[in-house]
Amino acid sequence: MLIKNILILFLVACVGQSAEKLKIGLVLDKGGKEDKSFNSAAYQGATLAEKELGIELKYVEATDVNSIENLHRQFAKKKFDLIIGIGFAQQEAVKKVAAQNPDVKFAIVDGEVSAANVRSLLFEEHQGSFLAGYLAAMKSKTKKVGYIGGMDIPMIRRFATGYSAGVKHFDKSFTIVENYIGITADSWNNPAKAKELALNQYQQGVDVIFVAAGASGSGVFDAAEEKKHLAIGVDSNQNWMKPGFILTSMLKRVDTAVYTTIKDLQNGQFTSGVVRYGLKDKGVDLAMDKHNEKLVSADDIKKLEKIKTDIIAQKITVPDFYLQKKK
Amino acid sequence: MSEIDILSLSFILSVLRVSTPLIFAAQAGLLSEKSGVVQIALEGFMLVGAFSAAVFAHYTKSSHLGFLMAFGCGAVFSLLFSLLVVRFKTDAIVAGTGFNFLMAGLIPFLTKFLFNSTGSTPSIPVEQRLSFEVTVFAILVVFAIYAMMTKTRWGYWIQFAGEYPDGLTACGVSVNKVRWVSILLCGGIAALGGASLSLFLSSAYSPLMTGGRGFIALSALILGKWKPVPTLIGCLVFGTFEALQIRLQGVPINGVVIPVQWIQILPYVLTIILLAGFFGRSQAPAYLGKR
Repeated sequence: MLIKNILILFLVACVGQSAEKLKIGLVLDKGGKEDKSFNSAAYQGATLAEKELGIELKYVEATDVNSIENLHRQFAKKKFDLIIGIGFAQQEAVKKVAAQNPDVKFAIVDGEVSAANVRSLLFEEHQGSFLAGYLAAMKSKTKKVGYIGGMDIPMIRRFATGYSAGVKHFDKSFTIVENYIGITADSWNNPAKAKELALNQYQQGVDVIFVAAGASGSGVFDAAEEKKHLAIGVDSNQNWMKPGFILTSMLKRVDTAVYTTIKDLQNGQFTSGVVRYGLKDKGVDLAMDKHNEKLVSADDIKKLEKIKTDIIAQKITVPDFYLQKKK
Repeated sequence: MSEIDILSLSFILSVLRVSTPLIFAAQAGLLSEKSGVVQIALEGFMLVGAFSAAVFAHYTKSSHLGFLMAFGCGAVFSLLFSLLVVRFKTDAIVAGTGFNFLMAGLIPFLTKFLFNSTGSTPSIPVEQRLSFEVTVFAILVVFAIYAMMTKTRWGYWIQFAGEYPDGLTACGVSVNKVRWVSILLCGGIAALGGASLSLFLSSAYSPLMTGGRGFIALSALILGKWKPVPTLIGCLVFGTFEALQIRLQGVPINGVVIPVQWIQILPYVLTIILLAGFFGRSQAPAYLGKR
């Protein structure tokens, strides 16, 4: 009898606790919370939700690809309300764990999983990259611009195609030098290699480099600072990292996506399926702030706004690597 | 193509930059392996060095001091390795693997504590970053080790510890003492390799930034047949491949662009060919890995 009572008390306590606060589990990618880029953005969105919506947040970092599934499973086992996977590498894990835990909600950034309890958060990276390319071309004196990608995957290629299209839209005679850091997940965390690639590009006469490589990006910024050239950041607003040398950052508002998903869940509006963030809803954009106001004039911004409205109105079609591939 | 101007100064500088961490690490491995202890913990020592250099450079505002402290920290952590391998006669492969994992885990723990981050340190301003003086120092280290191995009593002791330890004991010299000292130097020098990564090749520590360079250094050591100067050349060969790969990416040769992936596997293919013994018999110390 006593045991039974204790059990009931325990159960009540558990129920009471979960009714109080939503429990959100965040599984970050290998780049880690301090990559000042992609994962940082996700973490910011989640901490904002923690502060404003009063949820309970737990985050973990996947140290290697094989640990991802376990991390999701751990959260699911502990009956978290929503588990958010950050990065394309988590797609398979989310697919599997979500199917086994139909009562737990999942969200995945940069991956597509069709299940009744999964929301896929996708970004129109090519649109933002197009703008970045156009601005890079405006600022280049040598008619040569560069691109450095992290891991050589379709998504990073998508940045590249959008970027080159933007450059070519400004002037067809431009040359674009395209490099990738590597083919493994180490590429997100190899600033030394990124710097070497950037120095090589600058030496070839490139004077603006767009880098989409997570935590490796800092290597490119170091090179830009040393060689007194320009670089363009990615995902988070990275303009502050080296003011005067970072032309702008191609924002990918992972923070907004994460925050909105948590908010929707709290308001009982969580829906599964694909949510796309593009130029239209400022899901991708260029970062303009006090750190780059000397580099980008009001006139330049006006020109960019024109391009932006043209893309939204579909007057300019931005090539999408995902669609090109299927051809 | 002007882009693949192999003999240009910028290419040579690029080779020297990417080789620097390898030179330190390979010489460190040489010291340990010459004394008869298999050294696969180079990666771990490099991580210690990269991390401690970035931390001390950040707090003291002096990269030179950070560089020095990396040697100290590497040497201190090597005591743990020696304790396991020399004192308690643990298998060096097992201890080395464990050591690498321990360092990969310990550093995020410390950064959480110091900077509330999960494994990276604040970046070091451009004027404090080290430059080619590190490479010059690395090459000086090679010749210092060469001189020690061939000219000094300690050098002979280390070689005896790896080739014929019983002979050393017969002369009244403690094999364990010799191994403790060579592993101490190994830890310190490998840590300098890590420090050159975080202070020279980039400007902060980021998680697992060594990216397998400790193992590449080990291959360079095999390529150099466990001799200081040939090992230096081995490191430069690997550095050249890496720099070449960086340079060739996306550049058409006779109108054909070689896929990036193909170029990126080149250093690894080379390692396998070398390990398979295509370049003559390998000349490992006779007593390497035996207890």
